Order: sequence, then C-alpha cells, then structure tokens
Amino acid sequence: MNEIAHTEGEVFHTEDMTLSVGPQHPSTHGVLRFVVRTDGEVIRKAIPDVGYLHRSIEKIGEKVTWHGYVPYTDRADYLAAMFANQGFCMAAEKLGSIEVVRRGEFCRAIACELNRIASHLISVGTFGQDIGAITPFLHALRERETINNLMEEICGARLTYNYIRIGGVGYDITREICDHITEFLDHFELIVDEFNRLLSYNKIFIERLANVAVITKEDALQYNIVGPNLRACGIKWDIRRDIPYSVYPELEFEVPVGTGEKGTLGDSYDRYMVRIREMQESCRILRQCLKMMPQGPAIAKVPRKFKPPAGEFYARVEAPRGDMGFYVISDGSEYPYRVRIRTGSFTAMSLVEKISHGIMMADLIALIASLDVDAPEIDR
Amino acid sequence: MQSFVDQLIRDGYFQGTPKELVYAVAMLLAAFAVLSFFVAPLAGITSWLERRVWARMQSRVGPNRVGPQGILQWLADGIKNLLKEDLIPAAADRHLFAFAPYVVFVGFLATFVVIPFGSQLVVADLNIGILYILAVTSLVVVGILMAGWSSNNKWSLLGGMRSAAQIVSYEIPAGLAVLTIIFVSGTMSLQGIIQAQGWAPWDWYLFYNPFTFAVFFLYFTAALAEGNRTPFDIPEAESELVAGYVTEYSGMRFLFFFFAEWGNLYVIGAVATTLFLGGWQIPPITDQPVLKGILQFTVFFVKSYLWVFVAMWVRATLPRVRVDQLMSLCWKYMVPLSFICLLGTAVWMVIWPQGNRPVSMAMFVVGLVILALFLKRVGYQIRYARPTLYFKPHI
Repeated sequence: MNEIAHTEGEVFHTEDMTLSVGPQHPSTHGVLRFVVRTDGEVIRKAIPDVGYLHRSIEKIGEKVTWHGYVPYTDRADYLAAMFANQGFCMAAEKLGSIEVVRRGEFCRAIACELNRIASHLISVGTFGQDIGAITPFLHALRERETINNLMEEICGARLTYNYIRIGGVGYDITREICDHITEFLDHFELIVDEFNRLLSYNKIFIERLANVAVITKEDALQYNIVGPNLRACGIKWDIRRDIPYSVYPELEFEVPVGTGEKGTLGDSYDRYMVRIREMQESCRILRQCLKMMPQGPAIAKVPRKFKPPAGEFYARVEAPRGDMGFYVISDGSEYPYRVRIRTGSFTAMSLVEKISHGIMMADLIALIASLDVDAPEIDR
Repeated sequence: MQSFVDQLIRDGYFQGTPKELVYAVAMLLAAFAVLSFFVAPLAGITSWLERRVWARMQSRVGPNRVGPQGILQWLADGIKNLLKEDLIPAAADRHLFAFAPYVVFVGFLATFVVIPFGSQLVVADLNIGILYILAVTSLVVVGILMAGWSSNNKWSLLGGMRSAAQIVSYEIPAGLAVLTIIFVSGTMSLQGIIQAQGWAPWDWYLFYNPFTFAVFFLYFTAALAEGNRTPFDIPEAESELVAGYVTEYSGMRFLFFFFAEWGNLYVIGAVATTLFLGGWQIPPITDQPVLKGILQFTVFFVKSYLWVFVAMWVRATLPRVRVDQLMSLCWKYMVPLSFICLLGTAVWMVIWPQGNRPVSMAMFVVGLVILALFLKRVGYQIRYARPTLYFKPHI
C-alpha cells in the first residue's frame, strides 16, 4: 500500500515500519530483541522477544549438588550475583534446617548491599548513556570499580562472587575490609550528590524522562512488576521490610518510593530517582551493619554431602531488580529435584508491550533503561 | 592568492601556457595544499583533542600511544580506515551510497575558502562570504539525506530524515542570527565584518547591544544543532539509531563523515569568532607583516578553538534531547527569539546609527560578570570533585 494519491478524494496510504531493535542493538542491555512497529518516530507496538541469553541455569540445578549449584546462581544475574547466591542458599538452609551463623548473616547483608549499590550504579549509569550523556556512565562505572575492588578483597572475585554459601559466607569480612568499606561510604555519599548535580537535576534529562512511559499502580500490580519499578509507582513494597529475612528486621532503613516529583507518578524519572535513593539507603544499611556486626564464625558447620530431607521451599530476596524468588524442591538426594528462579526483569518485560504504545523511539530506549532489565536475568 | 598568480604570469614564468590552465592548476594546487596541510590535520587533531578532553572529563586516559600524548592518533586512525574494506551493501543504491560522503565532505571543506585567518591570510574574500558559508554548509544535509536513503537500512533512513528536519529547521535561527550581524556591519564579506569590529572586546559585535549578545548564544546553539553535535546529535544517536545515517558505512567513507563533523566543529568556532568576537583583530603593536600575520592567525585560532572546546565540553556534559523537543525548541523559542533580536537590533540602529559606546562597555562588563560567575561555579565543581578511591585488592 505505497500509493501516493494525486487526485482528490483518494486516501494517502502509508505503511507501518517494522524495526528489529536488537539483539545487537547498543542499548538493549545485553542481548534482547524488540520487534517494533513504528509510524515514523512514533511506536505503535514494541513486542519484546526474549530468550537470546538462555543458559538453562534452572536445569543445571538438577544435575549438580547443592553446594555445587551456588556458583551457577551467580550467572542468573551477573550484575547482582550476591542476591541469587543468597536466594538459593536461603532455600537450601530452610530445607536442610540449617541455622545461619549471626556473623555470616551480617557479612551477607554487607556484601548484598554493596552489590546493590554496584548494580544500581550500572543501572543509572547506562540510563544516562541511553539518554545520550556519556560522562555519568563512566563516573558511575568508576565508583563501581571501587566496589569491585572491595569485593575482590572480601571474596577474591569481582563479578560472579560465589561468596554466600549454604550456612553462611565463604570468607569472613575482616576489620581491615570494614575500614575500607567505611572509607568507601564516606566517599560515595558525596559522589551521589555529585552525580545528582551532573545528571539527575539536568534540565534536558528531566525533560526526557518526566511523564515518559508512565506505569500506573494498577498496571504494576496486574503485570507483577517488582522491586524499584514497583516502588516508583508509589507502592511501598520491599521484601526486606515486608517479608523480612536475614538481619534486615533489626536494621533501620527507609523504603524510597516514587513521588512524581517532576511529572506523573510512576514515570521514568521516578524509576530513576528511586534507584538513586536506594543507593543512599544502602549506605545507611551498610553503616549499621558494620557497627552491629558480632564476632564469631562466618559459616555454620554444613556436611560436605549435603542432603536436605524431601520438601519444597520458596525463598524470596529483594534483589536490585526486584523480588527474586528461588523455588527449590528436594527429594532427599544430594541433587535438588527442581530449581525454579523467579526474576524481576522477566515480568517487567511483559509490560513493555502495553506501555510502549504511542511513545517515541527515543522513549522506548528510556523505558528499557528505566526498567533496568538485564538480559541474563530475563532468560536465566 | 590570485594576485600572486597574476604576478607570476606577468613575470613570464608560464610562457606558452594558456592563462586559464595556469589558473586551474594553481587553484587545484592551492586546494590540495589547504586540504592536506591545514584542514586534514585540523580535523584530525580536533578529533584527538576531543577524545582527550572527553577522557579527562570522564576520568579516563584517552588515546595516548601514537606520538607524544597520542597527538598522531588521527593519522593512525586514518591509515587504518584507508586499509579497511570499502563495503557497499548489496541492497544499497550503489552510486548514491558511494557519492554521499563526498557531498558531505565538500560541504564542509568549501567553507575554508572564505574563512579569514588573518588580514592577508584568506583564500578568497568573497563579498558574499557569509552567505556562501550558509549555502555550502547546507550541502551537508543533502549528503546526509543521500547517505540515509541510499543505505537502504531503516536506521539510516530514520537518521537521515531526522537530520534533514533538524538542519533545515535550525538554519532559520542561525540565518537570522547572521542577518543581525549583517545589519550591523553592512557587509556580507567576512573580512569586512571583522574590519568593522575592533581589537578591544567592547568593539566586538558580541557587545554591540543586548540583542547581539543574546543572538550569539542563539547562533552557537543553532550551529551545534546544524553540526549534529550533542545535545542535538539525534541523527546519529548511537543509543537509539545504532549509528544513524552512517550505519552501513565502513572504511574511508565512514571516516569522511566524521572528518566533516570534526572539521565542521572548527568552522562553527571560526564563524562565531568572525561574526561576534572580532576575528583576527589585534592591538596595533607591530607593523612587521609576517609577525602581524602570525599574531593575527594565533588570535583567530585561539578564539575559534575556545568554542570548539566549549562544544566538546557541552558534548561531554549534556544528554540528548528528543526529536520533538528539538523541533519545539527551534520553532517555539529560538526562531521567535532571533526575530526579536533582529528587530531589536534594527530599532537600535535607527536610534544609534553609530552604535552606543557606553552600552557596549556596560555589556562588556556584564559579559565579564557572567563569565566570572560561570567560572566560579565550574571552579566549585572542580574543587569539590572527589578523586578516585582505590583499594588495592590483596591478591
């Protein structure tokens, strides 16, 4: 239907353009594909196409021992490996009735919150880059590098940590590392302000994000959006606070929610700001953890041949991309019978098709960046 | 230039050769010399400088391997790109695809004909100089559109279309800003415009009246948009359109586009310097022609490069605007504002045909105050910027 009408009364036929955004597109955060139908710059529909990074991590769980599966969970979401470690270990500990040592719990909280900051730094940094500001991305990665160094001090790994083990943590966090973390926190709290001055309160940045790709409360609940994306819609829901685990009930922290400060509640800017505030809250949690950490062993005695009795458990942790769930079934053998991982990015992807209608091409990029989807976590 | 060739002919160096042939060869030689010994290094070094400046702002190192401080990086890149395969997609419109980079390149290169680097150092002082610059830089949009269309790629097409809409729109505020200066100076020759200004800052057209002061920033913004620079780099927005109109290009043809982009950056600075900042005007300190020429060139170069640096700075700082915001910025704000400035300047000229010197002085002081406040804020940010924290992992 490419006719151009020259006579009166005829219709000017146009055709929608189908664009394939990804899987090698620069701003799809890994290998993620969208089939986008556009009318010029305006998107009619963007259909996410996932599965390019599927590594069958769930199936591997049935083939390796309980201890042996922990390193694999790292790869579920390599930007926030600590949380997958913790989710699986929590399920295994519950099934095996293992009491986690108290110092181990604090080590877990410290490592997790550091990891959360690192993950959110990637998120807000790439957000800036997707909007076109390249400098904030490198500044964010510079800070993440410091966290990576800290992680290397803690557990020897920089990305896939395999730090949290069944019963506790692999290595103790020494006093020297605690001092380093305190030094980092003193430094980082000021960096967040610097970052805000550079990016968050930039007029163009706000114009690009305010009122863009608004997710309403109802949509968020219907589509099972979790984590910072849910909180940006104004719903105060945080697993750490509402279904407490580990040492979080003892800690004092705020759950930042979207306020619609620059536009509508639940727009891209809210999702961005929630992450910035969560980093500040993580700093608060870290300071408390460092202060409250008791002495003692870092890991409980767990038999090398770990065979939890038959049963099933669903463990939930609050990962940077939302509620991460590990549904683990044990049949009493030394291998898990079934491991099912529930991740936040996957459900966030389902919403893209609905809210992408009528937004512009550049807004789609902002939407993907603001949902902070992560291809390995979507596909697992 | 022409007088020099005339002199040679009169001296009888080319007896038996047709005069036209001598002129043609002289023109080609001059163009070759300008291209290889001035424009190419200029664009190349601008690219190196931009990468270094960016790197400093982003706490990286940047290219520092080829030559001292990596200053020859552009040569290495050029040679690498020359050796790359020149790929033309099977579905592309071959001839248009191959031709487009040259159109873009010529569009930017031709401006160097009239840019006055000194009172004597100009290839040709056309009496329609500024109009000529506006005309040939418009050629760039033709090339970009050709590239976008002929690639037969949806990303390229989107980029080309965006670029066409953007450049055509922003030519209006840029043209109106230029028109304001033409009003004041009464000439379109770039040399004439510079001669109408003085060496002292309060004699510059930037401080002629409040309207020209405002119009300078309008011009600079519009020129950034015309040059596809951040925050207006939507035609090649790498996070949205992969690479925009250059998606399908490779090797030297790819380089031509970026050659033009970086060269254009200098042209923006040079035109801004000519129109608003007194060009090559220096205080009357020497009569020695060579020394004078060198000083004039240096002054012009420093002034124009300052704006190149500002453009780099802006690019390292700001995010990109969306295409509809870009259009509304142009048509809703910049075009009316430039019209107001144009009319205001016209009225001003009716009231004070010779200009108003006290106002110029006052404007100069205001300009200094604004600059001081700006530098203070920048200094604050630099002073309180946190250095990188480094923990040596004990492994």
